[in-house]
Amino acid sequence: MQLFSLASLKRYGGNFGIRGGVHPETRKYLAAECAIETMPLPSLVRVPLQQHIGAEAVPLVKRDDQVLKGQLIGKARGAVSAHVHAPTSGRVIAVGQFAAPHPSGLPVATITIRPDGEDRWGPHMPRMRPEDADPAEIAQRVMEAGIVGMGGATFPAAVKLTLRERYPLHTLIINGAECEPYLTCDDRLLRERSEEVVDGIRIMARALGITKVIVAIEGNKPQAIEAIRRHIFAVGPEARVVRVPTLYPMGSEKHLVQTVTGLETPARALTAELGVVVHNAATAHAVHKAVRYGEPLISRVLTVSGFGVKRPANVEVLIGTPVSEILDHCGGLTGTPDRLILGGPMMGLPIQSLRVPVIKGTNGILALEAAETRRHEAMPCIRCGGCIKVCPCGLMPMEMHARIHAGDLDGAVETGLLDCVSCGSCSFNCPSNIQLVQGFNYAKGRLAAKQSQKHQQEEAKRLAEARTARMEAIADAKRKAMARRKAEQAAKKKRQAEEKARQAEAAATEKTSNAGTDAQTAGPPPQEAAE
Amino acid sequence: MTGGAIVSGPHAHSKFSVAQTMVSVMVCLSPATALGFYQFGWPAILLFAVTVASALIAEAICLLLARRPVSIYLFDGSAILTGWLLAMTLPPWAPWWVGTVGAFIAIGLGKHVYGGLGQNMFNPAMVARAMLLVALPVQMTTWVLPPPFGEPGAPEFWEALTITFGGSGDIDAVSGATTLGFVAAGLDGGRHLTDIMAETFPLRSLAFGHVPGSLGETSALLLFLGGCLLIAMRVIRWQTPFALLLSAGGLSAALHLLDPMSYPSPLWHLASGGLMLCAFFIATDYVTSPVSGLGQLIYGAGTGLLIVIIRTWGAFPEGAAFAVLLMNACTPVIDTYTRPRIFGRDRKGRPLELPKGARQ
Repeated sequence: MQLFSLASLKRYGGNFGIRGGVHPETRKYLAAECAIETMPLPSLVRVPLQQHIGAEAVPLVKRDDQVLKGQLIGKARGAVSAHVHAPTSGRVIAVGQFAAPHPSGLPVATITIRPDGEDRWGPHMPRMRPEDADPAEIAQRVMEAGIVGMGGATFPAAVKLTLRERYPLHTLIINGAECEPYLTCDDRLLRERSEEVVDGIRIMARALGITKVIVAIEGNKPQAIEAIRRHIFAVGPEARVVRVPTLYPMGSEKHLVQTVTGLETPARALTAELGVVVHNAATAHAVHKAVRYGEPLISRVLTVSGFGVKRPANVEVLIGTPVSEILDHCGGLTGTPDRLILGGPMMGLPIQSLRVPVIKGTNGILALEAAETRRHEAMPCIRCGGCIKVCPCGLMPMEMHARIHAGDLDGAVETGLLDCVSCGSCSFNCPSNIQLVQGFNYAKGRLAAKQSQKHQQEEAKRLAEARTARMEAIADAKRKAMARRKAEQAAKKKRQAEEKARQAEAAATEKTSNAGTDAQTAGPPPQEAAE
Repeated sequence: MTGGAIVSGPHAHSKFSVAQTMVSVMVCLSPATALGFYQFGWPAILLFAVTVASALIAEAICLLLARRPVSIYLFDGSAILTGWLLAMTLPPWAPWWVGTVGAFIAIGLGKHVYGGLGQNMFNPAMVARAMLLVALPVQMTTWVLPPPFGEPGAPEFWEALTITFGGSGDIDAVSGATTLGFVAAGLDGGRHLTDIMAETFPLRSLAFGHVPGSLGETSALLLFLGGCLLIAMRVIRWQTPFALLLSAGGLSAALHLLDPMSYPSPLWHLASGGLMLCAFFIATDYVTSPVSGLGQLIYGAGTGLLIVIIRTWGAFPEGAAFAVLLMNACTPVIDTYTRPRIFGRDRKGRPLELPKGARQ
């Protein structure tokens, strides 16, 4: 229960509101004052080849290969994919399948490296001066460094840096909202490495050919706002820091764009179509390292927090470090947590095993006790409308859920299932504790399966039809060729017959002329006739 | 950890439950109820207890019949609240079986035949009240002038037992019509409003509750304050009560301005009868009212208009129950036409147009 508070009436200057949203207990105090610490080398790193949205990378190493820190071990495949690099030097002990850092725990292609403890760098990519570099070169470098969106969506960053070829862009928004409870890694990064982050922003702005930059940070991070304000001049006169209200899900891309620019992205469109590109603050930091120092993305800062952890912390870890070693570094667990989550408590993924590695998009490891999570049992919906009130997308979650429950997927789509961003505000607010998002994810999965099945069927049908058409064409061609040959032969025969006839005739006339007859029945020379 | 089950986020929760919602409503309802107990004495308390207990028993029987877990559902607060609200609309000195029959109608016919909590179309308490009013016109319209505790005429506990359970007809107290009934009867008799008003209770008594009526018809002021607290606690939204009070006040004000001799003032309308109880505690029932803000505005306005229309031209002096039931029936339609606009789409569900010049 929440009493009406005057603070909610306070307007933040220059912001446009979004509809809905919730105020979960942020509990950021657990880790907000813990400076970023670097974790010692783990005993093992497991680097999945699929850490991003798009196609899986192709492994470039095999078992027993020696790799150096920063060496390319997985090559991007296709336009939307990302390179994978060795986080440290050592020996490849396996290239195979290992449990993914995902609730399913299903195996994914993973390269396992046993560090040799020397942490020896391979050859760096050459340093660049972004001031002189061509925008395309910067995007190329970001691609080579394997940088993906580090807020959790893990969309390859280079693809988003080349958007100006297709859309007229005017604004770059840096997402430092960090609206998920508990997480403080972006906050610490903005505070401690503000110069580097600002430099990364400047590089990205140059790659996009944009001068207008807005860094959006939630009001509950005053020190981060202060730190970035001190350095933002380096990006240019049109860059500014905007303090956005502390409201979940402020960090959702389209909602953040609406909050700071007032532009509402049409359904199924990209923000780039409005001329706005959004990048995460941690991505800016990675871009800075890649461009200035030629370092690929092989480590990231993440928050270890929750009441189930002995010592909450912000740790810089190598990509591929097992969760268990990070937890050990933070003093271990206080007991058996109710849930263990990668990411934040609102949209994070629960994991079943401590052995899974962290990846480029992992921004937190949370061990939550029962008091911090939700009950398991649900009550019937009492139509209180709480889910509708908080939905930032203007949906009616209870109705969608009822339709999904009844197996009416098409009806759920009609009422906006595909406009849902799975932010979880509705489930958070539901007094009956109904797992609304679970239902939506299930329906989205079913839809995707249906779609792919339909696609497969259509593809099979298309192939079958194409085959029939091809066969018919071949038969037709054969028939035609046969007919042509027949016709040719017939013509030849005819010609030969005519030839024969002519020859016979000629022979006959010769005979008659030889016999001295003047009478010419056929073919008198025209000249003679004219004369 | 998660017990093997794969669960989607969010893993956090506001920790606000159905039971807490119901308890909040009861807390906000308790000042007015307490005043009602004080006004009408032991018989009212006994009737209240009987009604709530009957509601719980009815709920338990229905849950057992439906093979649902009784322990979880029985104390979610919804049955207690239904019983409570029903008791607030009964004449305080009515015999016990009126409350019991009402509770069984409310829980059984009003709620569980539809499938239980969250499935009913009509407000259970109002279904029961409407049926009782039609079936038991005498018992449902026998009102007493409140003799508060400690004053002469207030029944002792033992007397109260005979009033509630004895079924005796020799009620000692002064019985009379409610304000609404008195005015309606007077107007039907062709008298002028000014004459009638002089004989009935002043606005101050209506606001503080020293009038005959049901438990919930007494203190408009306490009900209003309780309702405002409910809004401040964000258990209910402001739309329904606001629209209801505004439309009821607006229509009665317009009528009053047209002919002050036949139509009472809007303040009198707002302060009398069950209007306040209806505006904050009955019309705002989650299950039977629209879910969106706009829908609640329409629903509240419709209820307010119907209340004044029934009071002015209808056969019954008070129309809150019928107005609520009529608007309950409209709820699905209102819900269909008042969907919120989806982000990035217009009201018809088409994607928004890109601003000019954005796409090359």
